[in-house]
Amino acid sequence: MTGRPATSLAAIRRWSARINVADLLMWIVGGAILIFIVAGSIATLRLGIYSFRQWVDFIVFGLAQGGVYALIALGYTMVYGTLRMINFAHGEVFMSGAYTAYFLAFTLAQNGWIERYPVISLAMIFAVSMGTSALVAVLVERIAYRPLRNAPRLVALITAIGASFFLQYAFRGLYGSGFKAYPRMSFLEGSWSLGDFRILHLQVVVIVAAALMMAVLYLFIQKTKTGKAIRAVSEDKAAAALMGISVDRMIVITFVIGGLAAGFAGVLFALMFKQVHFFMGFIPGIKAFTAAVLGGIGNIPGAMIGGAFLGIFESLGPILFLDGFGIKAPYQLKDAIAFAMLVLVLIFRPTGVLGERLVQKKA
Amino acid sequence: MRRFSFLGLLIMVLAVLAVACGGGASTTAFTPPSDPIGVIKIGPKDPIRIASALVISGADANLGTDSQRGVELAIADRKAIKGHSIQLQAEDDGCSSEGGQAAGTKLAANPQIVGVVGTSCSSAARAAAPLITKAGKVMVSPSNTAPSLTAPDRSADFAGYLRTAHNDKVQGAVAAKFAREQLKVSKVATIHDGSPYAEQLQAVFAAEFKKLGGQITAQEAVAPTDTDMRPVLTKIAAGKPDLIYYPIFVAAGGHVTTQARKTSGLEQVKLMSADGTFAVDFLKAASDAAVGVYHSSPDFSAFAGGYADFKAKHKAKYGEDPVSAFHAHAYDAAMIMFKAIEKVGVEGPDKSLYIPQKALRDALFATKDHQGLTGKINCDKNGDCADPKIAVYQNSADNVKQAKVPDTPIWKPY
Repeated sequence: MTGRPATSLAAIRRWSARINVADLLMWIVGGAILIFIVAGSIATLRLGIYSFRQWVDFIVFGLAQGGVYALIALGYTMVYGTLRMINFAHGEVFMSGAYTAYFLAFTLAQNGWIERYPVISLAMIFAVSMGTSALVAVLVERIAYRPLRNAPRLVALITAIGASFFLQYAFRGLYGSGFKAYPRMSFLEGSWSLGDFRILHLQVVVIVAAALMMAVLYLFIQKTKTGKAIRAVSEDKAAAALMGISVDRMIVITFVIGGLAAGFAGVLFALMFKQVHFFMGFIPGIKAFTAAVLGGIGNIPGAMIGGAFLGIFESLGPILFLDGFGIKAPYQLKDAIAFAMLVLVLIFRPTGVLGERLVQKKA
Repeated sequence: MRRFSFLGLLIMVLAVLAVACGGGASTTAFTPPSDPIGVIKIGPKDPIRIASALVISGADANLGTDSQRGVELAIADRKAIKGHSIQLQAEDDGCSSEGGQAAGTKLAANPQIVGVVGTSCSSAARAAAPLITKAGKVMVSPSNTAPSLTAPDRSADFAGYLRTAHNDKVQGAVAAKFAREQLKVSKVATIHDGSPYAEQLQAVFAAEFKKLGGQITAQEAVAPTDTDMRPVLTKIAAGKPDLIYYPIFVAAGGHVTTQARKTSGLEQVKLMSADGTFAVDFLKAASDAAVGVYHSSPDFSAFAGGYADFKAKHKAKYGEDPVSAFHAHAYDAAMIMFKAIEKVGVEGPDKSLYIPQKALRDALFATKDHQGLTGKINCDKNGDCADPKIAVYQNSADNVKQAKVPDTPIWKPY
C-alpha cells in the first residue's frame, strides 16, 4: 500500500527533473497553435462553403507545388548530409537552370518544334536546365566551398549567402533584369475529368515527374555503389577516406545530384508558372530549405515528405485554419502559416518529421 | 598679457574694416539668394542634376523604363535651363518600399541633386518621399496613384512630393462604372497584393461598385512574389463572381491571369486589371490568357496634340512604341520641374546658377495651366497635378502576338 505512491512519487520526481521551464513553455505554445488549427478547421468545415471537390483541388495544387519544393529540398538536404552546411546558393542553382533553358524553349517555340515534337523538345529543355544547374552547383562547390571546407561552419554559411548574391547578379548581368515567360505548350494543357473531379494535365505531369525523379535519386543513393559511398562520406569523412573513397569526388557528385534535381524542378516550376527572372530562386529556395528542415534535414525521404507537406499546408492552410474565424484575405498569411507549421513540427520533433539522430553523432 | 589683448583688438578692428570695405565694394554686385531650406549652387560649367527613381529591373521593369524614357525625352527636348545642360541620374526603386528606401537615401545624400522624378510604385514613394523631402528636395511621381500619397491629411514628410499621375479615386470609380454599367456584372471578387496601390485601388473600386448596386463576393490578397494562385482562386470561385478585379503588378497579375480560367468554377469569369499591369511584359507573362483582359489606364486618345510628336521621337530613339502607360506623365513631370527651376533659378555674375529649394518647392506646387502631354497640369496643395482621364482598354489577340499594349481605349466614361 505504501510502496506504490512512493514509486509514483519518485516517477513524478524523475519526470519533473527532466522537464524544464523552456520545454513547458514550448509545449504550451505548440499546444496553443494546435488548438487554434483544430478549432479553425472545425469552424471552416462547419461553414460548408467549399465542396469536397474543391478540397481535393487544394490538395492537388499543394502536391504540385510541394513536388517542386521537394526536388529543391533534396539539394539542401544532401549537401547538409555530407558537408553539414546550408548551401544557401541552392535557390540560385534552381534559377540558373530554368532561366537558361528559357532561351532554348523560346527558340523551340519560335521554330515550331514544341508543337511538332513536344516530347523531344521537352527532353531538350530538361537536359539544358539540369545540365546548367549541375554545372553551376559544381562550380560553386569548387570555387566557393572547397577552399573553406575546414574553416568554421559559419564561414561556409556566409560564403553561401555571398555565392547566392553573386549568382543572382551574375545572371542579371547575363540575361537582363527584366523577366521572361516560357512559351505555351499546348500538349500540356487541357484536363482529365473523372466524374466530378477535374485534374489538369500539367498538374499530373508535374506531380508524377517530381515523384519519379525523387524515386530515381533515392534508388541511386540507396542501391548503387556510388550512393553507398556518398552515404559513407556523410557518416564519417575520415573513415570513408580510409576505406579508399575519394571524399572530394563524392562531394562533387552530391552537388551534381542536387543540381540535377534543382534543374529538373526549375523546368517544372517554369511549366507551371511560366515566368522566370534572376530573382526567382530566392523564395522557392527559402521554402525548400523550410521543407528540408520540416522533413528532417540530412534525410532524403524527409525532404520529399517535407516538400509535400509544405505545399499542402500552403495551399490548404490559409482556408482551412483561418477562414472559419472570418479572417479576411487569408492567403496573405500563407507564408506565416507555412512557418508556423515548421515551428509546430520543431517543437514536438526538434529533428524534423524523419529527422536523424544528428545531435550527438555528427555535430 | 596686455600687449596681446591690444593686438587682438587691433586685428578685430582691422577685420571689421576689411569686411565693411568689402561689403561696400560689392553692394552693386551679386548676392546669392537665401532660402529657408537651402540653396543649391551649380557651377558655371556644371549641368543641373536631376534624378529618376523608377522601377527599371525585375518583373515591373516596363513600368519604370517607360517612364524613364519619358524623362529622357523631356531632357532631350528641353536641352538646357539658363545655359546649364541637364543631367539625369537614374536609380531603381525596385517597386518596393525597400527599393524606395535605398534610392531615396542615396539621392537625399547627394547635395547636387535638384529634384527627383519618381517613384514608379506607391510603396516605394511611401519610403522615398519623406527622405527626399527631409533633404529639402522635390519629387514628382509620374505613376504613383495610391490616394493616400496626396490625401489632405498626409504627413508633413510629404511636403516635397507631387505627382502627375492620376489619383486612384478616379481610376477606381471608372473601373467600377465600367464593370457595373458596361459589362453589366453584378458579382465581383477583388485581389490585391498588400501594396498601397493595389489595396487602396481595390478598396475604391469595391466601394464604388457597391454604390452602383453590385455585390463584392470576396476581397482577397496575395503576396507580390506568390506564384501559385490556384488556391486563392479556388476560394474566390466559391463566391461565384462574374468578374475578378485585380489591380496588382505584372508578376502576380500574370499568374492570376494564366491560372484564373483554369480554376474549376471560374471558366467563364471576366478579368479586369488596372494600369499596373498595362505593360508589354504582362502580355508576355500571361500570353494567350491575356486576350480579353480589361485594363483601366490613362486615356492616350485624350492626350494633347504634342503626343503624336512624342511618340515619333520615342520610336526614333528607342525603336519601339511605349511599353507601358506612364511615359507622357513622366515627360510632364520632368517638364514642370524644369519650368519651376527656370522660374526660381538665379544666375550669378560668373554664370553659376543658384536654386533656392523652398522657392522651387513652392513654384512646383504653384504650377497652373501647364500644357502637358497628358492635358492641363494644375497642382493643388496636396500635390495632385494630373488632369485625370481614365479609359478602359482590352487586350486583343494581336496585342499579345505582337507584344504591344493596346493604344485605343474601348470605353471612356466621358
